[in-house]
Parts: sequence; C-alpha cells; structure tokens
Amino acid sequence: MLSGIPLFPEQASTIAPAVDNLYFFVTAVTAFFALLVVVLVTIFAIKYRDKTGEKVGAPITGSLPLELGWSIIPFFIAMGIFGWATVVFFDLVRAPDQTLEIYSTGKRWMWRFQHLDGQSELNELHVPLGRPVKVIFTSEDVLHSLYVPAFRVKADAIPGRYSSIWFTATRVGEYHLFCAEYCGTRHSGMIGRVVVQEPGEYQAWLSGGGGLSMSARGEQLFQQLGCVGCHLNDGSGRGPSLAGKYGAQETLATGATVNVDDSYIRESILTPQLKLVAGYQPLMPTFQGLVNEEGLMSLIEYIKSLPGARPPATAAQASAAAVPATAPAQGSSPR
Amino acid sequence: MTTTVLPRVTYLNVRHGLASWLLTKDHKRIGIMYLIVVSLAFFLGAIFAAGVRIELTTPQGDFVSADTYNRMFTMHGVFMVFFVLIPVVPAILGNFVMPLMIGAKDVAFPKLNLLSWYVFVLGFSLALVALLSGGVDTGWTFYTPYSSNVSNSNVALVGVAVFITGFSSILTGLNFMVTIHRMRAPGMTWFRLPLFVWALYATSLVMILATPVIAITAGMLALERVFGFGIFDPRLGGDPVLFQHLFWFYSHPAVYIMILPPMGVISEVIACFSRKNVFGYSFVAFSSLAIAIFGFLVWAHHLFVAGISPYSAMVFSFLSFAVAIPSAVKTFNWTATLYQGAIWWRAPLIWVFGFLGLFLVGGLTGLFLASLGLDVHLHDTYFVVAHFHYIMVGGAIMGYFAGLHYWWPKITGRMYSDSLAMLSALLVFVGFNLTFFPQFILGYLGMPRRYHAYSAEFQVLNVLSSAGASILAVGYGLIAVYLLYSLWRGEEAGANPWLATGLEWKTESPPIPENFPETPIVNEGAYEYSKREIKVA
Ligand code: HEC
Ligand SMILES: [Cu+2]
Ligand SMILES: [Cu+2]
Repeated sequence: MLSGIPLFPEQASTIAPAVDNLYFFVTAVTAFFALLVVVLVTIFAIKYRDKTGEKVGAPITGSLPLELGWSIIPFFIAMGIFGWATVVFFDLVRAPDQTLEIYSTGKRWMWRFQHLDGQSELNELHVPLGRPVKVIFTSEDVLHSLYVPAFRVKADAIPGRYSSIWFTATRVGEYHLFCAEYCGTRHSGMIGRVVVQEPGEYQAWLSGGGGLSMSARGEQLFQQLGCVGCHLNDGSGRGPSLAGKYGAQETLATGATVNVDDSYIRESILTPQLKLVAGYQPLMPTFQGLVNEEGLMSLIEYIKSLPGARPPATAAQASAAAVPATAPAQGSSPR
Repeated sequence: MTTTVLPRVTYLNVRHGLASWLLTKDHKRIGIMYLIVVSLAFFLGAIFAAGVRIELTTPQGDFVSADTYNRMFTMHGVFMVFFVLIPVVPAILGNFVMPLMIGAKDVAFPKLNLLSWYVFVLGFSLALVALLSGGVDTGWTFYTPYSSNVSNSNVALVGVAVFITGFSSILTGLNFMVTIHRMRAPGMTWFRLPLFVWALYATSLVMILATPVIAITAGMLALERVFGFGIFDPRLGGDPVLFQHLFWFYSHPAVYIMILPPMGVISEVIACFSRKNVFGYSFVAFSSLAIAIFGFLVWAHHLFVAGISPYSAMVFSFLSFAVAIPSAVKTFNWTATLYQGAIWWRAPLIWVFGFLGLFLVGGLTGLFLASLGLDVHLHDTYFVVAHFHYIMVGGAIMGYFAGLHYWWPKITGRMYSDSLAMLSALLVFVGFNLTFFPQFILGYLGMPRRYHAYSAEFQVLNVLSSAGASILAVGYGLIAVYLLYSLWRGEEAGANPWLATGLEWKTESPPIPENFPETPIVNEGAYEYSKREIKVA
C-alpha cells in the first residue's frame, strides 16, 4: 500500500533537479531550526518543571549578544537562501535564445496548444525530448495558470497579456498539466497531459496533422484583414514595413523606444494608436473584435517569419514574468 | 485583598436582560458579545471545512457538485478570515483584558466600541444573507476578472459585507490605539506595558492603515460588478492584476492582524507559567512594530507567477525574507524565557507549546514560499494551503485558545478542568498535524488548490488529511464542552488563580463593572515574577 503513495514528484525537466536541490537545502535548514527550538523547549519544560507553581524563575531579563546573534545569523542564512532561490528563478523565467515555440490559449476549461507547423491540440501538449520549448500563452476569459509539476514550471494566463513558460524535457513520458489558478466551476477539470516524445517520434506526430502552418495562416489573415494594403515589405506603403522588425528596436513618435516583441505586436494590432511609430500617421484602424487570440498569434508568427527577421534581442523580455502589461485599449496602463 | 463575600456585584450581574447587553458600553461585555458572534462564525466556517474534507476523501468529486464545492471552500475562507481570524484575539480577548491590563476603567471610546460590534454584526449578517441566497464561488481572494465579470454568485453582496466589516476593524484599532496612549494607569510607562498590549498596539496600527485598502478594493469590485466600471477588465482597458496588488496590500498585513495579537498572548502566558520575565522584553515589543511596518512591504510575494517583472519579484522576495527575522527573534525569546524558569504545567501553557510547534512549521515553510525558485512550483498548490493554515490555525487559533484558557477564570470567575483542557490541546495538536502536514507533500507533488476532483495518486494523503480533520473537530468540540460546563459547575477561580503578575489579576474575577475599586498605581515592570513570593492558595 505504502509503495503506492508518491511522496516526491517526478523530475522530467532540466530545471527540476535545480529546484529540488534548493528544496532539500531549505528543508534541511528549516528542519534544523525547528528541531533546535523543539528540543530546547522540551528540555527546558521538563528540566525546570515545578509542580507546585510556587517557585519563581531566575531573574534573567535578556542578553544583548544573544539577541544580536539570533537576529544576525538567521538573517545571513535567509540571505543565502534568497540568493540561491533567485538564481534558480532567473533560470526558470529566462528562456534560452533558441527555443521551440508553441502557442497556447487557456479558456474555461481547456487549454489549446498551437504548434508552429499547424498542428493544434486540446488539453494535450506534445513536445520533443531534450529541446528547449517555450510555451507562449494568454487567456481568453479569466485567469488561469499553466502548471506542469514534473517540470516545476508555472505561470498565470492573464487575459490581454502574453505569459510564457519554458523547459527542456529530460524524460520521455506523460506528465500532468494542471490549471493552477482558480477559474470557476470546472477548474479542477482544466487538466491535461504533456507528452514528451523522442525527437523523431515528435516529428512524425507533427507531420501527422497536416493543415497550414501558423505563419501561413498568419499570412492569410494578413491579406484577408487588409494589413497588406498598408504594410508593404519595401516600406512604400502607408504603414511601416514589418519585414525584419521582430526583435528590433522601434522608435515611437514620443521619442521612446520599444522592443518589437510578441506583446508589442499584439498591442499594435489591437490598440494601434497607443504607441505610434515615429514618422507615421495614426491611420491604422483597431482590429479589436476582428481577430481572435489564435489569429493574433498567427499574425505574430507571420511577422516573425518575414525575411530579415531576427530572433528577439533579449529572450528574457518575452518570458513569463517579464511580459509588460499589454491589455488591449488600456488608456491608462497601470505600470 | 478582602475575602469575597457572595453575592457581589460583577460586570456580569450588575444588570440583567438582553437590552442590558445590547446597549452595554462595558468593554468586558462587548468582548463577550464578540465571543458569541465569532464562535458562531467559527462554527459555520468549520462546517464548510468539514464539507471540503469529506469531498476530498475521494478523487472523483462525488460528494457535492463542483459548484457547491467551490462555494464551500469560498465560504469557509470568507467566514474564517474576515469573521474569525481577524477579530478573534483583538476583539474578544483584547477588548476584555486590554483595559484591565493597563489599569483603565474602559476603552477610550466605549460607545464607539459598541458601534464596532454592531458594524461587525451587520457585516456578518450580510455575509449570512449572501450565504443563504446561494453563497459565493470566487475563493476568498475574489480574483478578477472571474469575480467581476464571470461569476454568477453573490460577489457584490459579500464585497459589501467585507467593506462594512472593515470599518469594525478600523474603529477597534482606533479605539485601542487611543486607549493605550491615553488611559494607562499612573506609573504604567510604555516599557512596563504587558507585551500583549504592545502587540495590540502594533495590530491597531495595521488595522487603521491597511483596512481602508480592502474596503476600497471590495467597494471597487462591487462597483465593477454592478455598474461595469472596467477597472479590472482588460476588455475595457482595466488590469485584472491590479486587483491582486490591492487585495494583497491589505491581505498580507492582515496576516499580521491575525498573528500579532496571539503572539502577544504567548508572551503573557509563557512568562506567567515560567515565573519569569519575558526574555528580551524590548526586543519582543519592537519586533511587533517591525513586523507591523515591514508587513506592508511584501504583498507582491503573492504575485510571483502573475506576470510581475522578475526584478520586482526579487525585491519582494528579499523583503519577505527580512520580515521573517522579527518572528524568529520572538520565537527565540520565548524559548529563552523558559530557561531557568519554574515551569508550572497548566493548560494555557500546554496550548502555548502547541502554538510554538505549529507556528514554527508555519513560519519556516514561509521561507520556501518566499524563495522565488521554489514558489514558482509551489504557488497555488496545497503547500500554500498547508503553510497558511499552520500560521493561521496553528498560530493564531492556538494562540487564541492559549489566551482564552488563560483569561477564562478572569472572564467567568470559574475554573475549567485542567486535564480536559490539556487533552484537547493534545487532540488539536495531533489532529492539526495530521490534517495539514500531508498537504505539504501534496503541494510539492503538484496538487493545485481549490480542486474539486483530483488525480487518484493524491488520494492517500488526502484521506489522511481528512482523518486528521475529524480529530481536530473532536478537539475543538471538547473545548466547548468543558468551558461551558465550567460556567455551571466550575470551581470559583478567585482573583488570581495562576498567581500571575499583571493588573488584570489584581481585581476580582469576574471583575467589577468599573474594573478596579480605585485606580491602580504601577511601580514595576509587567513580569516581575522573580521578585515575588508566590503561595498557591
Ligand atoms: C490603414 C492602413 C493600415 C492597416 C490596414 C494596417 N496597418 Fe498596421 N500600421 C499602419 C500605420 C500607419 C502604422 C504606424 C503608425 C502606428 O504605429 O500606428 C502601423 C503600425 C503597425 C505595426 C507596428 C510596426 C512598427 O514598426 O512598430 C504593426 C505590428 C502593424 N501595424 C501590424 C498590422 C497588422 C497585423 C495589420 C492587419 C491586421 C495592420 N497593421 C493593418 C497602418 C495600417
Ligand atoms: Cu483553473
Ligand atoms: Cu503575504
């Protein structure tokens, strides 16, 4: 019976052992302090027990060296944990430059994953072994949180923004995928699995789906929605050429510069007037309501794929925690 | 002191009838009125907890529907947090003993004190109405945009209930603060104040400064729901995460509203039953203030995976580690207080030992969650659930019971059965650990919180947890039995059954309506046990 109770989660990503080592260390340190106090309290309570209630204790009121000691030593230990944990955290949120990108949207109560090659799947995520994968996602309704315990990664899906998680799977198999942020009635049903496959198998799986690749779908949308009428690749249109823009810096009419990343493109499509490109008129209409989350992701992917496109300047910029607020139509951005 | 001749006039029998209670301005009676309402809320909250634990004994989600389950854990949280944990020590014990401890006749504004109680009862009644008309299903955290746009439960009504209840806290905080400043007996200098009073002072500060924020936030949420303001709605240009900032800007400091007063209780009880000065009095006193102040600077540690920048996450992680230090200092000081004491094992002290064990685990597991690299994995899992129950139930509720057992003879004039009280402390301690320790393991395994149904491999640990909860229920039930029994058959306590220092023990039990026949004069510190001759009657 006991052998059936898991006490420790599987380690299936490169980061998992790093998180677990930290966990063991913090467990050891805290267990030491807990035991120290428990043992001392027990010893004192027994040794100095007075059954009559009539004796009085020693006239001790305190000790400055002790106070300093038990403030400063724990402080330094805490700082040690803080430092280590922060290093692990930056590894968790900063994706390496070359990742396999997969887009996802959460909505009550399912996860939809969109692979660049065109495959899409519900509540199941196929990924290749040994290759850094970045899942870029948002929510179509309320908050959700994409959580894969075996990989020790999690990030909230927030409507109007992109979040991401990244991981490199180290073991073939199937792992839980949970929604960790409460989202209403069937929150506990918003679950699925991550299927880690050998790269060859993964390729075979990918090509099994057929259909258009994301960037091809993006290109279709680019034409259907009339983007192409203004955004010509040679720059002769009414709007700037988008070729090679992704990952570059853009100068705005206000003089500020921004990184052209997923969030910026999303914002440019939904609230074009918010960040005007220097030298252009505010001609671009909003496409809010005309294109859904997946369409947006396809458009982004298409713009990325335009010739001359470079990888983003700093990969971290797009990582989960670093995504700037990009709520559509936010006249007064809170940050 | 003169030998008591019964019958005599006490605050309990000076007037009779319901109206004499409902219109009372006596802080002692108001404390008891809080005791009744808060106990009712605790009972309700516990019923919902029982429902949750029954549901979770099987993985399928087959006891109640998902919607009912979601309402159960939400109502559990709402009742326990806003109507039990926040008022339990300050409003019950603080109201009753704080004026006695400083040698005052009452709080500074007795009518305001009664008003606080009515405001509290109004808020509580609204929450009850919300409950009876279907409840809420957002979780006690009310995260937007679910709460503002989607949920079809009584969010606005509960928002209003929380809003109103907040004013009760603010008024109580204000009242306590002025009382502590203005009403101390001659000779009761700041550094002669009992540490419970220091803790209440620090708590009042937090109540006054933080509670308006939750009131505003709850108000904004209600407006957003009813009139569609769009403050938190991304489609209207709002930001759902803003709600989390506002919510935790109150709710993290609120953790200290819940834990600081019980910490004060611990200092009182540990000094009394070790017959010693509290070790490092001024460090314990100032650590309360340090916690109250730094507690305002850590709120975003609840948002590490909610899309805040990694650098701000770093700052909040650092500050969260820093705020742990004053709590550690207190714990070490309590331990050192026992050293070379003359330790009298009575029930209140046993509850304190229980507090120490559970609070240690609760506090130390906070370090896991403050650690950025671990919190990504642990956030929103059962690890968090276990952690805050160790703090709030293990810490705050154990501390409350330590205080209730300590001052019960003062409040009622009666003694309860010491051995039953020790037994229930033991049951609660064991039951608590069995309930919540498995949840740490569940959390690290990755079981998310607020799950109605779960994956089968988590079942054994959940069954253990539910089994523990039933022991816990027996422990709590037992307290009610022997305390109520003591009212009827308990021995008379006399003025000072624990032979404690402290002004509250210098007046009769139960105290006379005006607390002291004449204003006491203080000429020594709060815990000068080692200077005195003690003789058990
Ligand atoms: C009516 C002409 C017009 C149409 C149609 C149009 N745009 Fe634009 N777009 C502009 C102009 C002008 C700018 C530069 C001013 C600004 O930032 O709004 C721009 C800016 C952009 C930018 C920012 C470019 C940069 O260099 O920073 C992106 C991305 C973009 N558009 C994408 C699109 C997409 C995708 C579509 C179709 C869904 C589209 N646009 C449709 C005129 C248009
Ligand atoms: Cu969910
Ligand atoms: Cu907090």
